[in-house]
Amino acid sequence: MSHDPGYNFAYLDESTKRMIRRAILKAVAIPGHQVPFGSREMPLPYGWGTGGIQVTAAILGPTDVLKVIDQGSDDTTNAVSIRAFFRRVAGVATTERTAEASIIQTRHRIPERALREDQILVYQVPIPEPLGRLEPRIAETRRMHAMADYGLMHVKLYEDIARHGHIATSYSYPVMVNGRYLMSPSPIPAFDNPKMDQMPALQLFGAGREKRIYAVPPYTSVKSLDFDDHPFRPIRAPQTCELCGSRDTYLDEVLTDDVGGRIFVCSDTDFCTERQAVREAAE
Amino acid sequence: MSGTGFPGFADPVLDAQAAFRAVLAAMSRPGQVQRLPPLPEPPPGLSPAAAALLLTLADSGTPLCLAAGPEAEAWVRFHCGAPFAAAGAAAFVLDPAARLGDLFPGTEEEPERGATLLLDVAALESAPGWRLSGPGIRDSQALRVTGAPPGFLADWAANRRRAPCGVDVVLCAGDAIAALPRSVAIEEG
Repeated sequence: MSHDPGYNFAYLDESTKRMIRRAILKAVAIPGHQVPFGSREMPLPYGWGTGGIQVTAAILGPTDVLKVIDQGSDDTTNAVSIRAFFRRVAGVATTERTAEASIIQTRHRIPERALREDQILVYQVPIPEPLGRLEPRIAETRRMHAMADYGLMHVKLYEDIARHGHIATSYSYPVMVNGRYLMSPSPIPAFDNPKMDQMPALQLFGAGREKRIYAVPPYTSVKSLDFDDHPFRPIRAPQTCELCGSRDTYLDEVLTDDVGGRIFVCSDTDFCTERQAVREAAE
Repeated sequence: MSGTGFPGFADPVLDAQAAFRAVLAAMSRPGQVQRLPPLPEPPPGLSPAAAALLLTLADSGTPLCLAAGPEAEAWVRFHCGAPFAAAGAAAFVLDPAARLGDLFPGTEEEPERGATLLLDVAALESAPGWRLSGPGIRDSQALRVTGAPPGFLADWAANRRRAPCGVDVVLCAGDAIAALPRSVAIEEG
């Protein structure tokens, strides 16, 4: 496949790629630290994954195989558009199979299938600053990161417990990376947090509007914040998947009619399709 | 008039991408030896790997401290356009005499501004010599470096104590590289 000759390979100009690549290397060298970068205007609006797209464009090569998921699904508008964008501007092969991809760009999920060392996971991040809701001044949150002063976040989790009896944060659950930096895992469900810890694949995070890139190198400690008497618990709906029968994956609730009918299905469509095929083969 | 008879990448876009992926793999898996795409012919004073890294990462936005002779300077000026700077003020440093402690380590709030040192050594092998551990390494990673500057390990230990500030190092030998991000611990044996 070849790319549209009207664009430079992978859309961005070379000087922008160099700037993003330098930011990525420093982000990898300082796990969990948010590195500012000169985010460019992209041909789609903020909130549609402009940060993730810029990171993907800076690392992508002609032999890569790209998978894009939106909330675990390969066939939603955001995922389909981003795959079509990179097919056009970079001429790369795309796939919906997690196992076949060398780069996976994701919005708000980590695939159920364990990732390998030769894969890179690129997260689309809306709000990179985990302390932003508690302290709106960027000058102040930067100082808090510099001093590893994260007491405020513990107070927030404590107030959850005081009010609800448990930590009521179910997505974007804050993590400590390499025992040093507090990091937002992007709005993935807390169910996915344990997959980040010691993951064999490199994890890169891009926030376009907020102009930040950060990273978790492979085999790096990523711990969800908790308390000794209130340990972190990944939450999932207790149902089984209606389509593949899975009891250990993250489920979406789907309304089927207007009289209260509902089913639960896997949020990771590729994983669910694979399990259904295995089940059919066994029958 | 180019001022340099030595070429850059044959394909500036795709060769730079391949070189970046090699240095990204090196930085995310410290101590693993990676190969860079070949350069037609580097100028005297620069190893093929160091020259490829400069083409990939250096430009007018990155002050560069270069001590590799006039032909290398002319080559960098033409192909990268990086402004030259003293070791303490440079984003990229390619100077065999530079000590880690003399380079800019970034600040507590902006540790990403810490310099990157490109260090030419005689050889890099995945064999016992140094034992590396830290983020990016599952248990430990063996790396044998021939020709590291004297006192490098002591300087490295001091560099690591400044975390999260510090200098990141890319070791270059021929067309091979291995990276030492500031987070990695190095022991002998």
